[in-house]
Amino acid sequence: MKNKMTAFPYLIWMAMFIIIPLVLVVYFTFASEDGGFTLDNIVKISQYTPIFIKSINLAIIATLICFVLAYPIAYILSRSTEHYQRTMILLIMLPMWMNFLLRTYGWMTLLENEGLINKFLSIFHIGPFQMINTAGAVVLGMVYNYLPFMILPLYSVMTKIDYSMIEAAQDLGCNPVKVILKVLMPLSLPGIITGVTMVFVPSVSTFIISRMLGGGQNMLIGDLIEQQFIGSTYNPYVGSAMSLILMVIMLIIMGIMSSFDDDEMEGIVI
Amino acid sequence: MKKWIALCAAFLLCFTCVKTGAPVVQAKEKVTLKVYNWGEYISDGSDDSLDVIKEFEKRFPDIKVSYTTYATNEELYAKLRSGSANYDVIIPSDYMISRMIEEDMLEKLDFNNIPNFEAISEEFKNPAYDPTNEYSIPYTWGTVGIIYNTTMVEEEVDSWDILWDPEYTNQILMFNNSRDAFGIAEKLLGYSQNTTDIEELNAVAEKLKEQKIVLQAYVMDEIFDKMSSGEAAIAPYYAGDFLIMQEDNPDLAFAVPKEGTNLFIDAMVIPKGCEHKEEAERFINFLLEPDIGLANIEFIGYSTPLDTVKEQLGEDVLNDGISYPSEEVIANSESFVNLPTDVNRYIDELWVDIRASGSSSVWELVFLIVVIIGLGGALIVYLRRRNR
Repeated sequence: MKNKMTAFPYLIWMAMFIIIPLVLVVYFTFASEDGGFTLDNIVKISQYTPIFIKSINLAIIATLICFVLAYPIAYILSRSTEHYQRTMILLIMLPMWMNFLLRTYGWMTLLENEGLINKFLSIFHIGPFQMINTAGAVVLGMVYNYLPFMILPLYSVMTKIDYSMIEAAQDLGCNPVKVILKVLMPLSLPGIITGVTMVFVPSVSTFIISRMLGGGQNMLIGDLIEQQFIGSTYNPYVGSAMSLILMVIMLIIMGIMSSFDDDEMEGIVI
Repeated sequence: MKKWIALCAAFLLCFTCVKTGAPVVQAKEKVTLKVYNWGEYISDGSDDSLDVIKEFEKRFPDIKVSYTTYATNEELYAKLRSGSANYDVIIPSDYMISRMIEEDMLEKLDFNNIPNFEAISEEFKNPAYDPTNEYSIPYTWGTVGIIYNTTMVEEEVDSWDILWDPEYTNQILMFNNSRDAFGIAEKLLGYSQNTTDIEELNAVAEKLKEQKIVLQAYVMDEIFDKMSSGEAAIAPYYAGDFLIMQEDNPDLAFAVPKEGTNLFIDAMVIPKGCEHKEEAERFINFLLEPDIGLANIEFIGYSTPLDTVKEQLGEDVLNDGISYPSEEVIANSESFVNLPTDVNRYIDELWVDIRASGSSSVWELVFLIVVIIGLGGALIVYLRRRNR
């Protein structure tokens, strides 16, 4: 009884800001403008399939890059001295203290044809390279902004791994690749799943990164949804339907991810 | 259980505090006037300009102005429509005003409270978007033209055609809003900017798709950065904003194409749901005063509909052809009116199609399928191994 009481404020919070909005999204998805039931909103979305595919692809690529970058860093960090760890974690967190928009805007000035990188390269008579307004720039923006969300969960899981396990594997004749695949990976699985979720979900629904670094030509689901709500049409019905479908897609992908490891950390992912 | 009751009591206490709090504010009789305007659209005291809002609060000590800004007409509309906020004075553009009038979202103005309306030029009274002039009073106006960098563009710019010119591939910017982007292509193809003809709209969409190959990006406010730094050579934008960009980069020049252009008017209106109509009218009247109007126009850089302000402007401003274009240009230009909802939606669908076109969706689909199969395969292998 006592324990439940302390959760009370959060329950109110959850009801007001999570459950009710979700119900509204579902309601709008299946409502027509005159208030009746309709499936038109969902049918209409089929014409935007290429945009959905593109968003998911870019998010997958960004997640993979984040993982490849973050995994070794997290491992090295977890095996280093405490002082070093603290400094590095601080450095990883540091960019997150700055405004998200400002960080993305910074990349804009770096990547432009007249930007800092191309200006620097032109000293050596290389380039200019077309970097901004490409899908690659969008992925870069995602990786840059969400990398800490991959490093931190991996790091916190890896600090808990007993190093003697790795030593034992090595002693028993495992080569380094096998140590990673058979010992390190399974033990850090919860961190991998949390990290992948925390990078993939915001990446797939972002709109400001694609607008600023993609030049408005690499349209993602986020842009599409934004346009339904503050675009010239103002169509919350189709906008809600898009959000709902996006949520379902994410749930499916997260469901697959979490079934990799169902006994150790149930429900944490979602 | 006692704690539970205490918690509830604490909760109730919170609410009563709020309730008793309100009359205290009223006792001071300080009215809060909610003004919702475009960003950078009022003289705010920076760079030695006049702080118009402070000036107003000084003149009317019993009114406090709560000033917030929006970026697009559509954002303003969505905000009013969703009912999440109410405002006393808003300043939408022409076509949005006609839409709001049609949808009964505006209050009629009491012109007895706004004597300064007299100073508005005759040509701005009874405009197309508010034919009987009961709802709105013009704040600023301007035209859309082509801004170009004279160090990068040597030929004379006189047509929208240049936005399709392959010679400037990757140096051209375009509006990232459907109405303005369609307006340009419509003018180039010789259609009305308010066309509702499906075939004409399809032709316009085709034309805009062709443009994608030469475009650098679709932008709105990012244009200031990109034009000032020389990142892009050519871009269509509003005349008033050109003056601000030119201050940063004197190489920039402005031209109104011969095919004609869009003339827009932003006007002050009072939305339904306003709580202090009389104070709102007082605020509108205040903005129409000659010295206040002048301060605003000098700050914003757009053109004024007030004769009393125009008189005070120098000859050089009036004759440079940017803020106050010649009568031929004005006669050749068109204003947006509201389009029917289904046409608006159709334009929006075309607009998404334009912006999403040109990506190789087949390979993307293949990639996605490979990833899904890979993930599924990994899962199966993993589960089998674990169960062994």
